[in-house]
Amino acid sequence: MQYGKYRFIVGFLIAPLALYAVFVISPFIQTFYYSFTDWTGVSPEFEYVGLTNFELLWKDDLFREAFFNNMFLLVGLPVLTVLLALLFAFLLNVGGTGAGVRGIAGNGFYKLAFFAPQVLSVPVIAVIWYVIFSSESAGLANSFFGWFGLGPYEWLASPSMALYCVLWVLTWGSVGFYLVLFNAAISSVPRDIFEAAFIDGAGRLSTFLRVTMPLLWDTIQTSWVYLAILALDAYALVVVMTIGPGGPDNSTQVMALRIAQEGFQNGKAGYASAMGVVLFFVTLLVAALLLRATRRERIEY
Amino acid sequence: MNAPRPYPRRVFLRRAGLSALAVSGGASFLASCASGGSDDSDEVSGGGQEQTSENPFGVDAADPLHVVIFNGGYGEDYAKFHEQLYNAQFADAQIEHEAITDIRQQMQPLFNAGNPPDVLDNAGAEKLPISTLADTGQLTDLTDLWDSDSIGFEGMTVRDTLHPIAIEAAEYANKPLAMNYALQVYGIWYDKALFQQKGWQPAQTWSDFMDLCETIKSSGMAPMAHQGKYPYYIQQVIIDMAVKHGGPEVVYAIDSLEPDAWQSDSIRMAAEAILEIKNGGYMMEGTEGLDHIQSQTRWNEHKAAFIPSGSWLENEQASVAPPGFQTTVAPTPLLDGAALPFDCTRVEAAETFIVPAQAANQVGGLEYLRIMLSKEGAAKFTELTMAPTVVTDAAAGVDASPGLASSLALIESGGDNNWNYYYPIWYSPMDPKVQTAVGELAAGRVSADEFCDRCQEAADETAEDPTTQKRTRT
Repeated sequence: MQYGKYRFIVGFLIAPLALYAVFVISPFIQTFYYSFTDWTGVSPEFEYVGLTNFELLWKDDLFREAFFNNMFLLVGLPVLTVLLALLFAFLLNVGGTGAGVRGIAGNGFYKLAFFAPQVLSVPVIAVIWYVIFSSESAGLANSFFGWFGLGPYEWLASPSMALYCVLWVLTWGSVGFYLVLFNAAISSVPRDIFEAAFIDGAGRLSTFLRVTMPLLWDTIQTSWVYLAILALDAYALVVVMTIGPGGPDNSTQVMALRIAQEGFQNGKAGYASAMGVVLFFVTLLVAALLLRATRRERIEY
Repeated sequence: MNAPRPYPRRVFLRRAGLSALAVSGGASFLASCASGGSDDSDEVSGGGQEQTSENPFGVDAADPLHVVIFNGGYGEDYAKFHEQLYNAQFADAQIEHEAITDIRQQMQPLFNAGNPPDVLDNAGAEKLPISTLADTGQLTDLTDLWDSDSIGFEGMTVRDTLHPIAIEAAEYANKPLAMNYALQVYGIWYDKALFQQKGWQPAQTWSDFMDLCETIKSSGMAPMAHQGKYPYYIQQVIIDMAVKHGGPEVVYAIDSLEPDAWQSDSIRMAAEAILEIKNGGYMMEGTEGLDHIQSQTRWNEHKAAFIPSGSWLENEQASVAPPGFQTTVAPTPLLDGAALPFDCTRVEAAETFIVPAQAANQVGGLEYLRIMLSKEGAAKFTELTMAPTVVTDAAAGVDASPGLASSLALIESGGDNNWNYYYPIWYSPMDPKVQTAVGELAAGRVSADEFCDRCQEAADETAEDPTTQKRTRT
C-alpha cells in the first residue's frame, strides 16, 4: 500500500493543480507584472513605468468613490444576509408552534423558494430586478408601494437609493444559499439542546441568540468571509442593472467596474492591473481581518 | 438526529469558485489575455501582383482574406455581399468570414499575439479602443486607398466619393487610419403620421418648441422621452443645440480640450434648455431610469412624442413599431441667436472598419475596403440596412423608408453645416464623466452652471493626464 502512494496522489492532483496554476496563479502574477507597465491591452508593446500607475490611482477620485461603495456593501451585505439567513434557518428548524422542537409548517417549500435565486445567473437576477425597480409609476415596486400610498420612487434612477437597491438584490440573491447552509448546520445540532433550552424557559429570541448563534459560529464565520468577498466584487450585477452603469452620479461605482472600464474601454490595461492589485490586497486584508476578529473558541457538541 | 452535515462538498466547491472569482476581483480576466511578441515592419503585407487600375494594390488571389464583422444592428448580410464582390474579382481567394458581437474579447488576444484579421469591423458595445490602436501604430495607413480609383464612380478617387465627415473621422495624427462606413444622423425622432394627424410640426425655434411641448402635454402625451439609463442619447441634444447656437467653434474647443470650452454661453444655454424641458414637466415620467429598449418602445406606443437617437432607430424598433408608424428625424430647435440654420445636425461616420498593421494580408484588406466603398457595395449596404453610407450619392436609387428618407434629406440640407464631435473616441476616460453630468442635468438634479463646471473638470483632468494623447481641431 505504501509503495507508489505519492505517485498515486500526485497522479490525481496534477491535472487540477495545473489548471489552477494556469488559470488562477499565472493571471495573478501577470497582473502584478502589468501593473508596473503602461500596457494598453491591445498592443504587444509596452514600457515599464515603475509606480506611476499607483501614484495616479492614489489621486483617482472615481476609484476612491468606488472603493467606499464597496466598503458600504462590505458592511451591509454580510450583516443583512447572515442575519436573514440565520433567522429563517432557525424558524424553519425550531420556530414551529406546538409541542416539542419543530420547524414551521411548510418549511420544505420555504427552503425551495429561498434557494431559487441561487440557480439563476447574476445577469438574469439583474434584469429581473431592473424591471421590478422601474422608475415608472407603473413599475412593479412602485405599484406595490403605491397600494400603501407611498412613492412613486426613482429606485435605480436616484443617486441616494441606487446603492441600497444593489445591496438589496445582492442580499436577495445570497440569502437562499446561506439559509440552506445554516439549515444544514442547525440540523446537525442535537435537538435535545434546543429542548433543554425550551424546558429551562428560554424564549425563541434567547434560544436564537444564546444557543443557535454560538453553536453555528464556525459556519457563520466562513459565510462572513465569502460574503465579504462577494461584496468586494458585485461587478456583474452593477454592470447590468445600474444606470450608466455605475450611476446615477457614480453612486453605484465599484472597483471591479472601474477595472473593466479602464482596462477595456479606455485602453489602460496597465492602470487597470494596478487597480486589480489594490483590490487583491484589500480582499486579502479583509479576509484575514475577518477571520482574526471573529475567532472564538470552538464549542464541541 | 445527528446526521453529518450534508453539504461539505458543495461548500467546498462554492468556496473554490467564489474565491477564484472574487479574490482576483476581475483582475484575472485581464491577465488571461497576455501580450505576445511584435513584428515591426513598414512593408505592407500580402499581394505583390502587378498594380493595375483594376487591382491598384496588387492583390494576390492566392492570399487568404480574414474578415471579422460586428453582427449587430446592421447584421452580416451586407458583408457577405461584399465578399461575393471580392470573390468575383479574385475567384480563387479564400475568404474566412466571421460575424461576432464580442469584438474585444475575441480580437484582443489576436492583436496581442500579432495575429489580427485582415479586415475588422470594430463596432458595438465591446469594441476595441480605436484611438489606442491608432496611437500604438496598429492600423494600416489608408492614404493609398483614399487616392485609388473608385469602383463605380467614373474618374473619381475614393476620397472624392466620401462625405467630408468620413474623411475627418478617419484622421489620426494627419493620417487616415480608419474607414467609418455608416453615416449616422442624430436628431429628435417623431412619428410623422401622428404629427400629421394631430396637426403638429417640429418646432424651429426654442419658444415654438416650448409651445409645442405645452400643446403635446395638454393632449395627454409626454412631449419628450429619453434613454435615461444611457445619458449618451440626451447628450446629443445638448451638444447639438449648443453647436447650432455658437457654431462649430464650440465643438472644436471641446474636442481640442481648450480651457473653458464647456463654459461657453452656448453650452450653458443648451443646458438650461434641457432643464426647462425637465422642470416644465415635459419629460416622460420615469424616463430617467429606462433603457433604450423600454423608452423607445414607450415612444412607439405614443407615450412620448420625441425621443433623441440616431438613424439606426427605425431598424432597431422595426419589430416593435405599430403599422403606419413613420419614424422621422427632426433637427433640434434653435436657441435664440443661433449661428447655424435649423436644418443641420450632428452627423457621425461610424461603424469603423480597420486593416490592422499586423494583418497577414493588408493589401487584400485595403482592396476589400475599396470594394465596400464602391457604388454597388455601398448601395447594397443601404438597401439591406436602411442606413446611409459615407459614400455620397450611393443611396440615390434605393427605395427609402421614411426614416432613411428623412436622414438623407437632413444630410443633404445640412451640407457643410453638419458637424460631429470626437472627444468620446479620442479621450475615452472623459466621456463617461460628461455622461454622468448629463444624466444629472437631464434629471434636474444639477443647475446649468454645475453641469458646465463638472464637464469642464472632466475636460481639464483629461488635458492634464500625461497618458492621454491630445488632439486638436480647427
